[in-house]
Amino acid sequence: MSGINPKTYLQKVDGILILLYLMLVFVGIISIYAVEHTGQNMGFFQMDKSYMRQLIFFGIGMLLSVIILFSDSKLFSNMAFLSYGFGILLLLVVLVIGKNVNGSKSFLVIGSIQIQPAEMAKFFTALALAKFLSALDMNFATTRNRLIAVGIALFPAVIILLQKETGVALVYFSFFLAMYREGLPNWVLLSAFGLIVLTVATLMLSPLTFFIVITIIAIFIIYDNRRKIKKRKKYLYRIVGIWAVCMIFSQILVPFTFTTILKSYQVQRIYTMIGQDVPPAYAGGVEGEVKQTASEYNVSQSKIAIASGGFFGKGFLNGAQTKYNWVPEQRTDFIFCSVAEQFGFFGSTILVLLYTGFLMRIIFIAERQRSQFTRVFAYGLAGILFFHVLINLGMTIGIAPVIGIPLPLVSYGGTSLLTFTIMIFVLVRLDADRSLILR
Amino acid sequence: MSDFNQNRSIVMQGLVLLVGIVLILRLLLLQVFGVGGYKEASKYQAVKRKIVIPDRGLLLDRKKRIILNNTMFYDLRFVPKVLKNQPDFDTLRLCKLLNVTRQDFDTLTHEKIMLNGWNRNITLYKNLSPEAVARLQEGINDFVGIDLVESAQRVYPYNAGASFVGYINEVTAEMLQKEKYASYRRGDMVGITGLEKQYEDILRGKPGIQFLLQDVQQRIVGSYKNGEMDSAAVAGESLQLYLDIEMQKLAEEMMTNMLGSAVAIDPKTGGILSFVSSPTYDPNMQTGNDKSANMRKILADARKLTFNRAVQATYPPGSTFKPITAIVALDEGAITPSYGYPCHGGYYACGKRIGCTHSGAGHAANLTAAIAHSCNAYFCHVFRLSVDSPANNNVRTGVKRWGQYMDKFGLGRPVGIDLPGEQGGNIPSVKYFDRVYNENWNSCNMSILGMGQGELLLTPLQLANAMCIIANRGYYKIPHFVKAIGDDSTHEKLQPYMKKNVVAKNTNNNFEAVVDGMRGVIEFGTARGAKVKGVEVCGKTGTVENYTQINGKRIKLKNHSVFVAFAPRVDPKICVAVVVENSGYGATWAGPIASLMIEQYLYDSISPERKFLVKRMADAHLIPAITYIRDSIEKRQEREKYEKWKKELNRKNDSINRKKYIDSIKARSTKKIKEPKESWWEQLVFTDDKRKKHEWNKS
Repeated sequence: MSGINPKTYLQKVDGILILLYLMLVFVGIISIYAVEHTGQNMGFFQMDKSYMRQLIFFGIGMLLSVIILFSDSKLFSNMAFLSYGFGILLLLVVLVIGKNVNGSKSFLVIGSIQIQPAEMAKFFTALALAKFLSALDMNFATTRNRLIAVGIALFPAVIILLQKETGVALVYFSFFLAMYREGLPNWVLLSAFGLIVLTVATLMLSPLTFFIVITIIAIFIIYDNRRKIKKRKKYLYRIVGIWAVCMIFSQILVPFTFTTILKSYQVQRIYTMIGQDVPPAYAGGVEGEVKQTASEYNVSQSKIAIASGGFFGKGFLNGAQTKYNWVPEQRTDFIFCSVAEQFGFFGSTILVLLYTGFLMRIIFIAERQRSQFTRVFAYGLAGILFFHVLINLGMTIGIAPVIGIPLPLVSYGGTSLLTFTIMIFVLVRLDADRSLILR
Repeated sequence: MSDFNQNRSIVMQGLVLLVGIVLILRLLLLQVFGVGGYKEASKYQAVKRKIVIPDRGLLLDRKKRIILNNTMFYDLRFVPKVLKNQPDFDTLRLCKLLNVTRQDFDTLTHEKIMLNGWNRNITLYKNLSPEAVARLQEGINDFVGIDLVESAQRVYPYNAGASFVGYINEVTAEMLQKEKYASYRRGDMVGITGLEKQYEDILRGKPGIQFLLQDVQQRIVGSYKNGEMDSAAVAGESLQLYLDIEMQKLAEEMMTNMLGSAVAIDPKTGGILSFVSSPTYDPNMQTGNDKSANMRKILADARKLTFNRAVQATYPPGSTFKPITAIVALDEGAITPSYGYPCHGGYYACGKRIGCTHSGAGHAANLTAAIAHSCNAYFCHVFRLSVDSPANNNVRTGVKRWGQYMDKFGLGRPVGIDLPGEQGGNIPSVKYFDRVYNENWNSCNMSILGMGQGELLLTPLQLANAMCIIANRGYYKIPHFVKAIGDDSTHEKLQPYMKKNVVAKNTNNNFEAVVDGMRGVIEFGTARGAKVKGVEVCGKTGTVENYTQINGKRIKLKNHSVFVAFAPRVDPKICVAVVVENSGYGATWAGPIASLMIEQYLYDSISPERKFLVKRMADAHLIPAITYIRDSIEKRQEREKYEKWKKELNRKNDSINRKKYIDSIKARSTKKIKEPKESWWEQLVFTDDKRKKHEWNKS
């Protein structure tokens, strides 16, 4: 595909996606600016400020995107496995020589630049998964292929877990959404969802109550299906089996996990999310009264800042709660507070709608592809973005556990911004050739 | 490759939309409906509302000298953590500048940290010395985190005027309950007595509000929204007084060791030129760090320092009342200025003799002479004439009319000075005589009222005001302190004092006859010592018999020395009334004091040949022993009363406690304590308490 005709090419480039992208980056830069703005008139262009750095990273991103837009679309599918290998290599290198930041070893320092391979590996994994699923003789219905796909998606996550970046590792589970679209059976997602509900229910109810509720539900279902059961005993066994799994899960598995596998701060986070105190049985290691932990404090400060915005917000640069360290990590993970405080419910709704629109657009783009490679890649991107937005916004408003992952395109952070920029523009590039079949 | 999973795209889209809706709903609850109280919590965090206390208004005397001022006091304040975070903080130098030892500094800081913690502002030293402040201010930039906090205090540069300026203090909890103090907050200062109380709303000003940003360590880091929501504090307006502070100081000095009062009024305006209640105290004792200890001392003094004798003490006026008797009789038409009475040393018309110091013929040949010689018989008779005048059908209406005159003179009721707590004195009424004489009385029963004895009680202020009526030849303006509020002399609050209150008509040279008589008192009468060179002073002495009750016994005390005067005779500029309790003749003490005040006011200084007189007054010790005796008796009674009350209270508490104790023992032995029963649904729901009891992971 040598010789791009600029006229026809530009018509194929998805302007709406790029426009939404630019809007989100713009929101990010003004939010970081507002956080650092202290009222003293010191000029906009200060190299030591985060918003300036973010702006520079945005510039680099634009440069890269131009290069991407003018490169061959086959390049990405051809390079997929190679780059995946490269990514894995980087992750392993970081594990050995990485810089230790707050107990996690995920940064690679080259001169004055710090990069986080765990962020970049998302891109490579998305490419590799797309490449694998779009292979000519691929039959995704076989268990073997499914397991390979899951392996491709989760292998980086395992290494990242070893780097102790639990939050970033969890992001790789979002590839299940892409795999689901490509034919992973319903029960996988349903049982995953069921397990979450079961866990929350276990934590919120006393064992006795839980037992009674589950048993009543089981009896009700058996009574409701008594005719079917009379015909075939199999239904009864199935219901009793599910009941037994629930019981084992809640009475043995959850207590076991909470006391021996999870660390006390992780237990704390999970209980914070469901709005309850950690029971003494699980508060292992913490002596005496359980004090308000850091994550609890973060979330309550974050909620205060968001709530203080009211309907229309306090106005640009008038945020008081998102300055001077009231909300910890206010430039990075909790940047949404800045938006919500300054622009209120009105502004934050617009931001949520921007993300929703962005995701819908990506799904729309994914569905118009002839090439399965592009579709899987698009769904991979959509899944990652969706997971980031859901968890990040959810944790700032207290409906998701505090997992330290950034808000895509808005949070301060060069690697994150560049990774998402590259992924989005690769999608735009691939989409421009949507009539082709790439493998 | 075939695409058999396209319907799953709809599932994905549904998922995205669902999450979007959930997020927006949650934001709606948080931000718009304030669920969870986070919206409320934000009010008390990053934005701090700071009340800016306005400067209180000043008091200026008639020459615009400041008699009540504000000064700045400086407190040293800092957040301990901020100092701790600076490894190179030069604590030793700070201590040197403060002139304290390092050890003291550390112990004090430690104490405060124990109380307030590391992250709060602590006030380490209050009211720093001016030298320390000067030293600190030079080097304050080297000490990051150290604050010099200003606070205003009242100061009285002339150490004078405690009796009328009053003082301020923190508003009390009871005051805050009242609607009047709705705009006050705890810790605000409010005028408690005197002019500070009377003109509180003007002196206070309007507090401002500042919205400040603070960081997570509660340090102020700037103003919120560049201060566009702030409201500036409006300083209180100053009050310009009529008072002459030099004369005030002189009078206070002269009366240091006397019980009594001296009031001087400008008759034209009703403005108070001098207002002494003696003994008094240094008003600066009411401010500063030792305020409460000083106040206890002041309140415990046997001489009753806070008792404002100028408006709260009432005295029989004695002979100083005679000019008033004369004015009433003249206005009634009962006598003319040429009326004379043949007095031969006493008044016998009512049977019982009323003595008169003069017996020479013609000493009461006319009104002028009678006043100059202070003839008792003459004024008893004139009083009877005015009460029994044919215009009044009977003595009842006569006394009633006389009472109306007294009311017009501002007697028997508070005159209306702009000071809280004024007393009205006493003018006997028809009702009173009915009660005492069983409704069977005539003018003979009360003829001594005419010479200022009997049931008459006047405050020194009323005496001075009566002088104003004579000086003005028939009218007065309500005595008041404030000439102008700010620069506004026609302020709405001052309107009541602008009005001329006409008391009597000045016909047939009525007043001139009285004035001539009072001139005579100074020229050749009882008060020759009150002469002032080059000024025609008119005056009247009074020597008032008085008694007291001690342990049920009636004891005669030394006479009160009373003197009233105005000067000059034509176009008078000052009226004075002086009362010195239990000191002797009117001419001995009150007269010289009044004349010296007049001299000071009109000439702005005391002539050298009269300086000795000032010294004599100041050196006199005229406080009678009875004051201390009475005080010790009162204190003993009070103490006994208190002890009795306390005993009673203890007994009551004891019996209540004993009863409670017995009841509790009874209850313990008879009642078996039942565990609270839980309903079935309470057992199902896993409450916090239960969770603690429950050990669900015994393995």
